[in-house]
Amino acid sequence: MDHSWRAHWAVLAASVAATSLAPAGPASAQESFKLGIVTFLSGPAADSFGVPARNSAQFVIDQLNKGAAPSPYEKAGFGGIKIEPVIIDENGGATKQVQELRNLYQRDNVDVVLGYIGSGDCLAVAPIAEELKKMLVLMDCGTPRIFEEAKYNYVFRTAAHATMDNVGLIRYMKAKNVKMDTLSAINQDYAWGQDSRADFIAAAQQLYPNVKIQTDLLPKFGAGQYGTEISALVGAGSDVVYSSLWGGDLQAFVLQSAPRGLPKRSQLVFSAADHVLPPLGEKMPDGTIIGARGAYGLMSQKSPLNDWLFKGYEAANGVYPVQAAYRMTQSILGLKAAAEKAMSKNGGKKPSTDELVAAMTGLEWPSPGGLIQMKLADGHQAIQPIAISRTKYNPDLKRVDLVDIEYFAAECVNPPPGVKSIDWIKGGMQGAKCN
Amino acid sequence: MNFFLTIVLDGLIQASWLFIVALGLTLVFGVLKILNIAHGSFYALGAYIAASAVTMVAARGFHPGIGFVAMLVAVALIASAVGLLLERCLLKMFYGRDEVVLLLVTYAVFLIFEDLTKLIWGVNPIYATQPYELFGNLEFAGLYYVGYDLVLIPISALIGFAVWFGLNRTVIGKIVLAVIHNEEMSVSMGVRVNRVYAVAFAFGVLLAALAGALTAPKISMQPGLSSDVIILSFAIVVIGGLGSIEGAAVGAILIGLARAASVHLMPEAELFMIYFIMAAVLVFRPEGLFKREMARRI
Repeated sequence: MDHSWRAHWAVLAASVAATSLAPAGPASAQESFKLGIVTFLSGPAADSFGVPARNSAQFVIDQLNKGAAPSPYEKAGFGGIKIEPVIIDENGGATKQVQELRNLYQRDNVDVVLGYIGSGDCLAVAPIAEELKKMLVLMDCGTPRIFEEAKYNYVFRTAAHATMDNVGLIRYMKAKNVKMDTLSAINQDYAWGQDSRADFIAAAQQLYPNVKIQTDLLPKFGAGQYGTEISALVGAGSDVVYSSLWGGDLQAFVLQSAPRGLPKRSQLVFSAADHVLPPLGEKMPDGTIIGARGAYGLMSQKSPLNDWLFKGYEAANGVYPVQAAYRMTQSILGLKAAAEKAMSKNGGKKPSTDELVAAMTGLEWPSPGGLIQMKLADGHQAIQPIAISRTKYNPDLKRVDLVDIEYFAAECVNPPPGVKSIDWIKGGMQGAKCN
Repeated sequence: MNFFLTIVLDGLIQASWLFIVALGLTLVFGVLKILNIAHGSFYALGAYIAASAVTMVAARGFHPGIGFVAMLVAVALIASAVGLLLERCLLKMFYGRDEVVLLLVTYAVFLIFEDLTKLIWGVNPIYATQPYELFGNLEFAGLYYVGYDLVLIPISALIGFAVWFGLNRTVIGKIVLAVIHNEEMSVSMGVRVNRVYAVAFAFGVLLAALAGALTAPKISMQPGLSSDVIILSFAIVVIGGLGSIEGAAVGAILIGLARAASVHLMPEAELFMIYFIMAAVLVFRPEGLFKREMARRI
């Protein structure tokens, strides 16, 4: 008994010694990169953003693991390491998400968490990742406050924040000589709606200095019925009606406002409306000016990377990809670029969190929606180009086409480093590079 | 003048469907003494059933008018059956218990129905707008209104009158009123109280579902529909007095007008106004505007 106990310990000690003394080498084929993915799988944001993001994550990860993605992402997985996704639901509020994030890092032992669509969720989880010293990649949420009100080392956002959407809209309207002596707005009464409204009005006051704000409505999120609001907007008769409504709320607003003549009386301008075009179809009024939070979907520019995503996603899901699908894709591709950059420096080993963080800071990488550059917040916040266009229903294809598309460079519609977005807009958008 | 008329019309449109929901809630409370938290779920159920019915009819190329009738028939049949089943199989087991227990039971039903609607119809927003175009558009006070919205006003008035008439001018209604006023005396006079409970609850469910069906063509159905409605309808019945039909009507009009006036005049105070009115009524009339001190009636 005694002898056997000693022998057992000897074997164990020898194993530990062998493991610790083994020379560092390239990542093994059995090793995997556990990637926590958080997106809305239920709740009001699921259909518009969460599920398309999940679908694109599945498509992209499958393609990367097979080594089937186009250049420069043709290497399988992350530098040869297979990606193993752990997908969880973002629905349930910020408190739940904080606990879920801890679970992902501490119970599921994921290497990196990537995701988050809700601004409130992003604001809640960022400090937790920092406290745990774990890498967190925010892929979509719009509020500029994340890096403008705090500084993080382990947190990144791989998509531009909402300032770009609204500055892009105003630049488009100016470029197309859209008349705007009077402006009305309807936005949801929470972080996204209020931040978007503030950015749009501030940008409007810069490029349309004589604009007069008429009706300014902030119905609660999920209101669903806008009869009274539409009366107020039609009654105001403003040149432009701006809205950052999205999902079911935007669909309801369009369905209720079109028969009441709002699109005929005012130019409708929506900051994030691409995702409602497939479900609304011919119900979406022609000539509506819309943004998609990037050069995405029907506004994306032709490239091998974009063809790969657009066609592959459409074939897999029966519908073309919209903003959330693109943002998820560019986030995963960014993480792949960072991982492979880190591996090129450490001899091909699976990178540690600190190696990944160092590689991601200030990184640039091509994506289906254009070049992503981590230029703000000391290399932790991305900027990217944006496209704005008008809607036109195509009866032959039975879908809403986007026409009159204008592209704006990332540095034309995003603030420069070190300046708060709203200060940059109110200061006349100094330093913008628009040509 | 036009501005004032716009506020009144917007308020009445809002009040029309809210009144139908609140009517069901106040009826159930009046007869069964249940504060039915699940009432909003029946509104959502009606909206989803209506959307399915309209979509099915439209897919077969029928006129939207047939879709409108089909959605009302489908909702009436399914909601009545659901109401009867719930009352017979669940609620009756808790009669005689503390009112809080029944409140919790209806809360459980609310949660179950939330998930049930997701299970059946998914989490994606759905809409069925064909009936919304049925009555064209009308110009009023310088604005275009959708005829469907305006038609809802007489429909809700008609439903309110029918319920009032049924309760006050028919034998069955008088039996229900007898149960409301004194259950024990009604039993001793040979009234089958359990049957009255079942019918009243099913009718309350039907009214909520009917309101959902009537609003379905103009909204986008998505998860969370029920919680907003239940909060507003509780505010209405609290203002009007729990169990009072007249109270539900006046409460709905007050809430509709307050909301419309806020949106037009002071948008930032929209939600505040609703609860300010409720608080003000409770301060001066804790029983609600139309609730009598002792006798309970609907």
